[in-house]
Amino acid sequence: MKVVVCVKQIPDPADPGALDPETNTLKRDTKLILDESDSYGVEMALQLVDAAGDGEVHLVSMAANNEVGGLRTALAMGASSATIVSDDALGGSDALGTSKVLAAAIARQEPDLVLAGTESSDGYTGVVPEQVAELMGLPSVTFAKSISIEGGEAKIQRQTEAGYDDVECPLPVVVSVTAGVVEPRYPSFKGIMAAKSKPVDELDLDALGIDAAQVGWAGAGQEIVAVDEAPAREAGEVIEDDGDAHERIVAFLDDLKIL
Amino acid sequence: MGYPRQPSIFLSEEHDAFRTTVASFVQREIRPHADEWEAAGECSRELYRKAGAAGLLGLRYSEELGGSGLDFMATAVLAEELAKSDSIGTAVSLMAQSEFALAILADEASDEIKARWMAPAIAGELIGAIGVSEPGAGSDVAAITTRAVRDGGDYVISGQKTFISNGTRADFITLAVRTGEPGPKGISLVVFPTDTPGFEVGRRLDKLGARASDTGELYFDECRVPVANLVGEEGQGLRYILSHFGGERLVIASFAVGIMERLIELGLDYAAERQTFGSPILGFQTWRHRFAEMATSCEATRLLAYQAARLLSDRDPAGDLAVSMAKLRAAEAVQSVAAEVLQLHGGFGQMEESPIPRYYRDVAGFSIGAGTSEIMRELISRSLISTINTNPTNKETAR
Repeated sequence: MKVVVCVKQIPDPADPGALDPETNTLKRDTKLILDESDSYGVEMALQLVDAAGDGEVHLVSMAANNEVGGLRTALAMGASSATIVSDDALGGSDALGTSKVLAAAIARQEPDLVLAGTESSDGYTGVVPEQVAELMGLPSVTFAKSISIEGGEAKIQRQTEAGYDDVECPLPVVVSVTAGVVEPRYPSFKGIMAAKSKPVDELDLDALGIDAAQVGWAGAGQEIVAVDEAPAREAGEVIEDDGDAHERIVAFLDDLKIL
Repeated sequence: MGYPRQPSIFLSEEHDAFRTTVASFVQREIRPHADEWEAAGECSRELYRKAGAAGLLGLRYSEELGGSGLDFMATAVLAEELAKSDSIGTAVSLMAQSEFALAILADEASDEIKARWMAPAIAGELIGAIGVSEPGAGSDVAAITTRAVRDGGDYVISGQKTFISNGTRADFITLAVRTGEPGPKGISLVVFPTDTPGFEVGRRLDKLGARASDTGELYFDECRVPVANLVGEEGQGLRYILSHFGGERLVIASFAVGIMERLIELGLDYAAERQTFGSPILGFQTWRHRFAEMATSCEATRLLAYQAARLLSDRDPAGDLAVSMAKLRAAEAVQSVAAEVLQLHGGFGQMEESPIPRYYRDVAGFSIGAGTSEIMRELISRSLISTINTNPTNKETAR
């Protein structure tokens, strides 16, 4: 079984850098790391391949300058190989531009299953997995909390507000995995050493047969027109206990429709 | 604010990636439980399994046993990062297993012992301890009296051990026993399974620091252990113990480096934020310069530790001297940094809700465990004197 996992490499949230005032996008000239929200997809893929008894996990990522810092972490966790797509023309890509690139890179792998996080920790658009599915003409299942492969079908528990749906779906399928549903393994020193020699295929737009006008700033259908500071947190309401505090707290929560 | 660690000529990119693994292990698996485990006097057993799965318990051991086949540089990085967990006791518990209990077995024990005890310990399925100290024998290892008498295919072991890390719940103990004459030549090591009849755990000892490390008194009353559990050769125990102290001392030195980083980081955050007389504490030159001293001291210690790690990895005879120097320097440096950072925090630094007093207590033992600072000075001075002069008069001075 071949599982492809979409992996985003992002600036370290502990040291996120700054926005470029000209483009209102995040500067990505620092070292990039594996987006934690993608580590769940990687873990789930590794578990599925283990359960299947054979197969491999391939990673697909798009980043500037063939950056592989985050990919190496996922390879150290146990993925077999990776594709990194870099091209100067990709700067400024919106979600759809990114999806076009990922879809083309994934298709080359002819996977049985494609996994992605539900959304990245730096952009939070939350639409890339679904766009990739549409572009590839594959079914899309979102917010998976568990996946098993039985009889050539994916059986997926899909989280909902009320609980979860049981979804059965023919392969191949693109599934987005909710953060926190599995415990990502730690890359061991042995894994880190092994990752050094795992193959990483470096591709550009030409190699994928994508017209530069369809991606990057040129192809972006969305524009960030302004960025505002998040409003400062307002002071909360302090309820002094004169014997009826519990009633006032209940009323307060009731007003918020939490109860 | 993070500690501004410099790139090191001793470490590779892979060491840096491994540091990230350990740092996230500490962040996810230890720090959230640090207070609970410090209060309970032990970390969870589950933590050993998690550490085993992450490959943290067998860095230097062979891949056939589930280890990673690396050297002491990896051990140093592991110890530095574990020490930042706000629970040195937990760091001690894991390293007492991976470095103290297993190191001698890796070099000296039979394949049967390695498969039976080492492999599951590396996986975190079993907990191991090293049992040397006794009520009447600490630094003076040659004075131990716990006896092992041959009886057919068994050793019959009677005696007492104390200050044994992981002692109250270890599944096995790499145990120093007297099989022969009094003095240094009569000591052997056996792997002692703690389900042996006659074995009893006495008190769990209530310590100044490293409180999440369970430390126990152990009693042996005619415990029968198969002779096959002998580690290496009979009578060689003291040599095995002394030749493996290097790893323990490196771990303590690296703990100290990690703690200094953590304390400087906590101190800088506090000093940047805390206002006194209309200025942050960091605005005062007296404190800026003390930070400069602390960081320099931390880096000097790190270099000594890395140098020792390199030499120990290469099995260079100079490794013992280097690691003695590293451990001596580390204990004094970290105790000084802990006192400075406590002073910096003023009243808050004495409150148990901050990690500062815990670190202050934890590092008090660094000049005692794995060889006291007095022993370190003795080893260093002997080494110096033996190299500068072989004149019999000077030899006398060296005693």
